[in-house]
Amino acid sequence: MFKITHEVIKAEDVIRAVEVENAGAIVPFLGIVRNNTGGRKVAYLEYEAYAPMAEKKMAEIAQEISEKWGLDRVAMIHRIGRLEIGEVSVVVAVASPHRREAFEACKYAIDRLKQIVPIWKREVWEDGEEEWVKPHPVYFN
Amino acid sequence: MKVKVKYFAVCHEMLGRDEEDMELPEGAVLMDILKRLEEEWPEIAEYYEIMQMSVNWEYATEQTVLSDGDEVALIPPVTGGKDV
Repeated sequence: MFKITHEVIKAEDVIRAVEVENAGAIVPFLGIVRNNTGGRKVAYLEYEAYAPMAEKKMAEIAQEISEKWGLDRVAMIHRIGRLEIGEVSVVVAVASPHRREAFEACKYAIDRLKQIVPIWKREVWEDGEEEWVKPHPVYFN
Repeated sequence: MKVKVKYFAVCHEMLGRDEEDMELPEGAVLMDILKRLEEEWPEIAEYYEIMQMSVNWEYATEQTVLSDGDEVALIPPVTGGKDV
């Protein structure tokens, strides 16, 4: 499952997507809309994605995980549109025979997702201002 | 030849549209699209160091040669997020 969605994400569905009989561990990661950035109060967030490319890049990350850890049960889903404080913006789940590889691969997946998957976050502040999040430059080429 | 160009986030906002078809000469490269956009949005040059571009859903460089029907996107920095 590699998906961009407008719908509310149910973590159980993502976990279920990676279930397999030889898995002794499933590590899920949930990204949640936080109520502040650097102490400034956030009213809500708007996410935008280049959906077909985002889903392709998610599948590539799963391929990298397969090559690094030999794990082939990886799912990633990211919600777009307006998200309120406390809502789930992204879920990643990795299944593995043993927990160590599942933790490592799950961390790798979310870190890579934030590097190479074309998704943008717009912060709308409680004081009414808004801006696109500008992270540190990341170079891919 | 004709390519589709898609704009996201700050690019969408600054240009006031989310995509357009662009006529380009044969042999055009991605940089040619940026040069054309500079005419209406000169400040786009400030984003070059941090902005990526893609062709048909794959990251590409300024010198990537385009073909008729390609789907190009300007990809400003993605959400990133601090590791906290």
